[in-house]
Amino acid sequence: MAATTVAASHRRARVATRRPLGLVPTAVLLVGAIYCLFPVFWVMIAATKSPGELFSTATLAFGTGFADNVAQLFAYRDGVFWLWALNTLIYAGGGALLSTAVSAISGYALAKYRFPGRNVIFNVLIGGILVPSVVLAIPQYLLFAKIGLADTYWAVLLPQILHPYSIYLARIYAAAAIPDSLLEAGRIDGAGDWTLMSRVAMPLMVPGMVTIFLFQFVAIWNNFLLPFIMLGDDNKFPLTVGLFTLLQAGSNQPSLYNLILTGAFLSIVPLIALFLTMQRYWRTDLSSGAVK
Amino acid sequence: MRANRLGAALAVALTATLASCGSSEPAQSPEAAQSPTAAAQGPVKLTFWTWAPNMDKIVDVWNKAHPDIQVTVSKQAGGDDAAAKYLTASKAGNPPDLVQAEYQHLPSFVAADAVADLKAETASIKGEFSEGLWGLVTLGTEGVYGIPQDSGPMMLYYRKDLFDKYGIAVPKTWQEYADAARTVRKKDSKVYLGTFSSKDPGAFAGLAQQAGAQWWSISGESWKVNIADEPTKKVADYWGGLVKEGAIDDMPFFTPEWNKALNDGKLLSWPSAVWAPGVLATNAPKAKDKWAIAPMPQWNAGENFTGFWGGSSVAVSSKTPNKAAAAQFATWLNTDPAAVDLLVKEAAIYPATTKAQSALGEAPEYFSNQPDFWQQASAASAGARGFTFGPNVGVTYNTFKDAFDKALQNKTPFSDAIQSMQDATVADMRKSGFTIAS
Repeated sequence: MAATTVAASHRRARVATRRPLGLVPTAVLLVGAIYCLFPVFWVMIAATKSPGELFSTATLAFGTGFADNVAQLFAYRDGVFWLWALNTLIYAGGGALLSTAVSAISGYALAKYRFPGRNVIFNVLIGGILVPSVVLAIPQYLLFAKIGLADTYWAVLLPQILHPYSIYLARIYAAAAIPDSLLEAGRIDGAGDWTLMSRVAMPLMVPGMVTIFLFQFVAIWNNFLLPFIMLGDDNKFPLTVGLFTLLQAGSNQPSLYNLILTGAFLSIVPLIALFLTMQRYWRTDLSSGAVK
Repeated sequence: MRANRLGAALAVALTATLASCGSSEPAQSPEAAQSPTAAAQGPVKLTFWTWAPNMDKIVDVWNKAHPDIQVTVSKQAGGDDAAAKYLTASKAGNPPDLVQAEYQHLPSFVAADAVADLKAETASIKGEFSEGLWGLVTLGTEGVYGIPQDSGPMMLYYRKDLFDKYGIAVPKTWQEYADAARTVRKKDSKVYLGTFSSKDPGAFAGLAQQAGAQWWSISGESWKVNIADEPTKKVADYWGGLVKEGAIDDMPFFTPEWNKALNDGKLLSWPSAVWAPGVLATNAPKAKDKWAIAPMPQWNAGENFTGFWGGSSVAVSSKTPNKAAAAQFATWLNTDPAAVDLLVKEAAIYPATTKAQSALGEAPEYFSNQPDFWQQASAASAGARGFTFGPNVGVTYNTFKDAFDKALQNKTPFSDAIQSMQDATVADMRKSGFTIAS
């Protein structure tokens, strides 16, 4: 406790001395925030415009067609939007959960157990971080087609479960958050490996797991290329691919810009909600890191 | 690389275990699909990738009338990505049985052996289509690789009210079009007669077709590539000259600024295809009833030529075990009067059969002041000439975008950009192993 206060007062002192320069980082961060949030803001405004207003009113003026757009979107092809939303939820929720479980267990094992090949596995994983998943999408598709799993839910779920960066993160987190002495104490008390993991290690890793879950959830939610290549059946499409079919609807009929924009806007609402609700776990994460 | 392989190996191991745990989706094993006994039991099941709107409703009509051949529609996104996706699926061995194929992508499907030759199945319906359209599915060979579904003959769309305001007559030749462009600039410096888009190779190909270009041709086993031919260079230099002297604008089509210019009456004409009313209705709703159509301006007075921009066919996968059934469905969809009628009404396409084209009655709503819209379209269609597309149109079209972007930026002649298209196309075809006759 004393240590924390000392550290805190140190930090306060440092902040105080740096205050004159403090404006610069704040300004940079502000610019960054605007850069990231402006497109979101634009989508929000554009989603309120009726087709007639979309290209004729001022870019940042709100329109009057939001309710109509939403109604049209939900009525489009007998409500296929909901089906796509449900699919996205299955892919993102299921994929992120499975991926978090795999990452946490592997990260824990890599951090706390010494076994032959540990470094090789870890180095391979590090290498895996360097390979963008976009590059893998087509080989994965050919592979899945061979085993007859292309165009199924698994085709989108499975490739996203093993995520090298998440395992890397879990290992770093486990190494920092789980004291060896705690595990030793548990072992002396007669706990087996399973008990140690489920009762001692995992509860300590919850903040890290939340981070991984959020990362993966967002990544899968926004993923376009993998489901685009893997899925042929439009009833299995996630929102990203589904909305794309509205955009590229062939040239002989009106493009449904207002529906696409409304769909895009509605599809980011759950993400925002998720971040706002999960935020406090993240804060725990940061503070517990600081204590260490 | 190591990680890559490991990931792949893990994925296989995982899928193997999970598949045995029972996935809810019945994975279609290739053996089952290909065995004739499996096909004989129960109705033939076909899948159809298309982006035409409301195709599921049209297919429902077929499914009700044909209990033995059941078609499932899977609505895809259109465009170049759709072609890439189909090629990948075909390579992986699980393509759909039927696929909507844009004319310019059909040759790449043929080159990849991804579509079946329907010569025998289509012998009786050949006469339903104009020669220009039929050439787009035969590629000038003996084979027939798809059944034409819709077509995009080009016409001149113009703002009738503003033509009157600026006192311009509808141009009958490209020379008159250029003069009109200059007149407009003189009368109002904020307004352009038209624009040249460096992002729409399809439109440029249509203009080149009108001038008589033949970008590709097949003789025996070898290809001839002639993108930098005289007609194409003539078209390129014509537009390049107009852009250079500032007589027309150079903003691309389908961009927000273009939409805005259309809405505000800052762009007075658009040489476009028969599907343009749909685009104008979405992008320029304010200008409803102010647009009119005319035949394309000609290179020589008195001619009646035009080109195609867009249009697609329905092709049958070379891997399907039910080729005959698939061909039967594709034939019905594109030639049966009831089906074509549905295509026009539900999918809003401009039909490919000559009979259906002349039977179109009421003008599109956006053009309700132009009651002879479809008669004009039909006349344009009669004079439309296409050319055989090559197996790597994607490369050619991408080079078009790059080269013309650069030409606009550096103010270099457009004919140089044409030469880069020719060179890039030939180089890519050589690399892919095509024989090229010089």
